[in-house]
Amino acid sequence: MLEGLLTGLATAFTFTNILMVIGGCLIGTFIGMLPGLGPMSIIAIMIPIAITIGDPSAALILLAGVYYGAVFGGSTSSILINAPGVASTVATSFDGYPMARAGKAGKALTIAAIASFSGGTIGAILLMIFAPALASVALLFHSSEYFALMVVGLSAIAAFAGTGQVSKALLMTFLGLIMATVGEGVLFNSARFTMGVMELQSGFGFVTLAMAMFALPEAIYLVLDPTRSKTGDDNSGEIKDLRISRDEARKIAPVIGRQSLQGFFIGVLPGAGATIASFLGYAVERNIAPKHEQDEFGKGAIKGIAAPESANNAACTGSFVPLLTLGIPGSGTTAILLGALIALNVSPGPRLMIDEPQIFWAVIVSMYLGNLVLLILNLPLIPYIAKVLAVPRNFLIPFILFFTLMGAYIGQNNAAELLILIGFGIGATLLRFANYPLAPLLIGFILGPLLENNFARAMQLYDGVGFIWERPMTLGLLIFAALLIVLPSVRNRKAKT
Amino acid sequence: MALDRWIALALFFVCVLYGYSAYFLMDDLLPPIMRRSPIWPSSFPKVLAVGGVLMSLSVLFNLERSSEQPQSDINLSRLWEYNVGQAVLLLGLMVVYAILLRPFGFLGSTFLFLVGGSLILGERRFGLMALVSAIAAGTVWYLVDAVLGIFLSPFPFFLMGS
Repeated sequence: MLEGLLTGLATAFTFTNILMVIGGCLIGTFIGMLPGLGPMSIIAIMIPIAITIGDPSAALILLAGVYYGAVFGGSTSSILINAPGVASTVATSFDGYPMARAGKAGKALTIAAIASFSGGTIGAILLMIFAPALASVALLFHSSEYFALMVVGLSAIAAFAGTGQVSKALLMTFLGLIMATVGEGVLFNSARFTMGVMELQSGFGFVTLAMAMFALPEAIYLVLDPTRSKTGDDNSGEIKDLRISRDEARKIAPVIGRQSLQGFFIGVLPGAGATIASFLGYAVERNIAPKHEQDEFGKGAIKGIAAPESANNAACTGSFVPLLTLGIPGSGTTAILLGALIALNVSPGPRLMIDEPQIFWAVIVSMYLGNLVLLILNLPLIPYIAKVLAVPRNFLIPFILFFTLMGAYIGQNNAAELLILIGFGIGATLLRFANYPLAPLLIGFILGPLLENNFARAMQLYDGVGFIWERPMTLGLLIFAALLIVLPSVRNRKAKT
Repeated sequence: MALDRWIALALFFVCVLYGYSAYFLMDDLLPPIMRRSPIWPSSFPKVLAVGGVLMSLSVLFNLERSSEQPQSDINLSRLWEYNVGQAVLLLGLMVVYAILLRPFGFLGSTFLFLVGGSLILGERRFGLMALVSAIAAGTVWYLVDAVLGIFLSPFPFFLMGS
């Protein structure tokens, strides 16, 4: 592990990669602060640039920096104008905004930054411990176990979609998997479902689909509902005192410790993610707080900021565990990162640590660096970065649309790709109107080829579907996947009767 | 019928068509040697088609029997209260941009897209719009073309020569 860490340090501490971390964090914070634009949209927009960089380590470091910056930026807009940029920072606004209204915006931002830094750092340490262990276990897996593991991942993502949403999430997963079968696959050397259209020979573009699923619907929502892009009262002018007292630090320290651990393990679970971690963290801390402190929650309690912030950052780090060790994304954001890695000819999975340790460890080291950059560079710059909230929507929205279009165009250099993007974007907006979760579609699309490859390999090895009952672990994982889908529905029905 | 069920119905037909193609059309083209393999190009799509059909029926007939549906951010029954016109015009502008990008060149079409977008959204400070759009188009072109090395034709085809 020490050797790997040194390799990571050597890779991450090059001039280019430090620039990538700083640039990524700044861009992420800047855009993440804009209400409505979440990390998925921002990372999707940044992917063509990351791919153009060419070096997978630098590209992944840039995207990880953007991810952390976006989450931090989301917290800032939650605190300053009560408009969370991302779902995982909604819980931060419960106490952050009341503090800002009471003239303590600086203090709230400092607590958020310290909690984020601690959550991210503790998460990175846990990632260093657990990822190699999980990767070494995963090396024992055969293609049939990989197939079953991906089915578990997809089922878990659907199961976490919420009450009444499991069927919709599964339908979206199947739609994503179906879309992944369009075009020439590596497995059969023949085009499938192209209907004779030349543009579909190479299948749908991942970047185009990511933009269409997240960035474009978000922009359309901003147009439809102007209150989503509200800039609110200009509280950014009140950011004066960024200091916190020793007593306050002592109060939030155990909260940060507890929620960093809890958040990390929630983040590891496919489908759970930073949003659940932050809400759960907030709820747990409110419940275990002394009675007089419980009443403060929702009115500007410092624990109410520290808990969700440390939990969501630790969960962000935790979500890298299945991505880096198994090659299975647990969330929409890590699915986009997986797509970027595949585009850079990197195959995440247990062999990543062995075959390309510099990438694996550089990402982990860049997590430390990213959190450090957010704490020592972005925090003092917040009063200036917050000026972005003053950009009128009349200028902001055309720029978001333009960057969305450019992202798809740069990736393929084909104007037809823009029309596909617009078509899918309209479809995705309609799906959002009808409350269909879109992340399972993208995850299904990205995992589709991997799932089919492993399924085909297992079928060939066992000359049919015999691998399901001949390999106990495969059978166990598939039963577990079925239970994940069936149990919430059964519980739901029982609760009704 | 609610929008989610209309969408489920549409997806049901998509899955049926996809399944029909996988079950009845794809295998005819398979070379004889491939027929001895346990896995065919149509094997995985067949599984997906069945799954897609079952899930679309589950949503269509609400087999999950859930009364609590999460509220959409946009209230569709009051859609006219939102800026639907602006959204449609912006989508139209995006289509025009996609069509004009190559023949009109990056700089001109981007400038017009940004100015047009602001105009649709109600901006009337024309000088500022033109200045911001011109700077943005020029900067992005320089970054993409010169820094990232991705060729973007800056001018219309008739100015670019052969």
